[in-house]
Amino acid sequence: MDADRLRETYRLMLLARRYDEEAVRLQRQGELVAFPPMSGQEAAQVASVLALSPADMVFPSYRELGVAVGRGVDMTGYMLAFRGAWNGGLYDCRRNRFAPMASSVGSHLLHAVGWAMGARLDGRDEVAIVYFGEGATSEGDASEAFNFAGVFRAPVVFFCQNNGWAISVPAERQSAGEIWRRGEAFGFPGVRVDGGDAEAVFAATSAAAERARRGEGPTLIEALTHRFGPHSTADDDTRYRERAEVETARRNDPLGRLRARLAASGVPDSWFSDAEDEARLAVSELRASLAAAENPPAVEMFDFVYAAPPPALALQRSQLEELLGPDA
Amino acid sequence: MPELSMVQALNAALRHCLAAHDRTLVFGQDVGRLGGVFRVTDGLQHEFGERRVFDTPLAESGIVGVAVGLAMAGWRPVPEIQFDGFSFPALDQMLTNLAKYRGRSRGAYDMPVTLRLPSYGGIGGPEHHSESPESIYAHTAGLKVVTPSCAQEAFNLLVAAIRDPDPVIFMEPKSRYWAKEEVALEPAGLPIGRACVVRAGSDATLVAWGPMVHRCLQVASAAEEDGVSLGVLDLRCLVPLDEATLLTSVAETGRAVVVHEAPRTAGFAAEVSARLMEGAFGSLKAPVQRVTGWDVPYPSGAVEQQYIPSVDRILLAVQRVLDY
Ligand SMILES: Cc1ncc(C[n+]2csc(CCOP(=O)(O)OP(=O)(O)O)c2C)c(N)n1
Ligand SMILES: [Mg+2]
Repeated sequence: MDADRLRETYRLMLLARRYDEEAVRLQRQGELVAFPPMSGQEAAQVASVLALSPADMVFPSYRELGVAVGRGVDMTGYMLAFRGAWNGGLYDCRRNRFAPMASSVGSHLLHAVGWAMGARLDGRDEVAIVYFGEGATSEGDASEAFNFAGVFRAPVVFFCQNNGWAISVPAERQSAGEIWRRGEAFGFPGVRVDGGDAEAVFAATSAAAERARRGEGPTLIEALTHRFGPHSTADDDTRYRERAEVETARRNDPLGRLRARLAASGVPDSWFSDAEDEARLAVSELRASLAAAENPPAVEMFDFVYAAPPPALALQRSQLEELLGPDA
Repeated sequence: MPELSMVQALNAALRHCLAAHDRTLVFGQDVGRLGGVFRVTDGLQHEFGERRVFDTPLAESGIVGVAVGLAMAGWRPVPEIQFDGFSFPALDQMLTNLAKYRGRSRGAYDMPVTLRLPSYGGIGGPEHHSESPESIYAHTAGLKVVTPSCAQEAFNLLVAAIRDPDPVIFMEPKSRYWAKEEVALEPAGLPIGRACVVRAGSDATLVAWGPMVHRCLQVASAAEEDGVSLGVLDLRCLVPLDEATLLTSVAETGRAVVVHEAPRTAGFAAEVSARLMEGAFGSLKAPVQRVTGWDVPYPSGAVEQQYIPSVDRILLAVQRVLDY
């Protein structure tokens, strides 16, 4: 990674961290219903998505705030998903090439493979990347996705963030083997990277994306990472994991590591404080825009069920409209 | 009698069954050390050990598939699927095998599997965490479908379901999880398959199950203030359906409103309505009415109360059967 890109990575990782912290605060204040924090996973998320080109398609799970920031996804629309305003998020998924976030764990790996197969059929050199946790690899859909990708040589990057936990279940209980090694079983390479090392993540993802673009098929990347917080704001992780583990992870903060790396290469303190100011401003803008944002009206629940609503459904919509009166 | 929430009553039922029968197994995602995301299995792993209460990999089809095999090996599995919407990855095992194994083996194997499924909406849950799939399971021959409406019923029905030799999809109403009442922790000894008149009334009968029983009781209280007497029938089991109690209760009033959270089209109210047509036509004074969720995917949390049948919507339907 060149110096500029490394600084850009840091800037976006910091932004993601500050948004993440803000989302947890907003949840405590009742502005969001629940939120799954990703602090600790910034290097894995930001550096990987920066390795792709804007035409590539991202398939995120629910814990991909850092990927969204790296992609330039509208944060208000992103956060509104966690206010219960719209399932899947209210950002522009086509413009950002960032699919609605998947909450059914593991279900979206196949969508990425299908999208990649489609791009290949069209002869486009675009790549799909799908983000999922180590828990998701246990789902049958994940194995089916690996297999389809291998057989069809789909241009897809499987980006697994192994943060050690699937809610309370430790990674050892998801698999008796190593996740990255599964690639070989399906006929494509698997690699394991330190998910706290932005440069290593960027290198691995770039290599995987290039391979896919050359028509050589998928790669499985397992990024070893940590989530500092609970599974979500509704979870109490003190019930199942030792504080020492979290403290060790925090001492190895990917943000701190990249900062040290940049500082050693001569980036001055003033640059870091500017980045911090910029993040603070962005966070206060997000807070304001969320406060101002209105949820879609209730009757919109009818509007995207079919391309054209069948008459019985249109009738139900008008019944709800009538019940709600001017509030509809 | 202790005051217990439904969560605590379910926990007591599981504890009772694990203690009473040493081939009972409890497993699923996060049910061990964490005690389940709703704490229904709290303390059970500590008490009965990791052999009998254990966490599985994150794979619903796997959970149900191994339950079938464990049942064949003579165990009594009580798996949990974390949320309604995540029973769908397991649909194949549920519909293709769990429901059919007794038949496929010409009766060689019992399938005493009780699949606990925190269900329905009303708690502001994220996507896929608020579904009402009861009619899918009721439509699948071989599965029994049981759904309690309060803590006492939760205890009784879960014990009865676990004792039952057939697969039971046990749908727990999340929105009633924390409601407390006095619970007798002595198994009633009744089999599943009986409906319960939770409130007697003479003008019309509200038929409901799970979370909508409480909603219907609210409706009945509101109607009482206007001098309208509404009965509330809690079906408790959709399969097998207690048709005798259903027909008698509705015949007494001649008017029925069936209420559920699931979408309207092909929802279980359609089945109830058809049974009434077939078995109580002569005593009906008005067409059976349905109040249900809309025919849309369960909406996001912020607008779910505009989706779930409200007291007002149910009262409007009551008005329709009274005015007919
Ligand atoms: C199909 C499905 N089953 C269960 C759940 C409930 N659930 C949500 S997140 C989660 C753990 C996921 O762990 P992992 O894949 O490692 O991702 P992480 O949360 O660590 O980012 C579970 C069990 C779900 N959302 N979808
Ligand atoms: Mg994980």
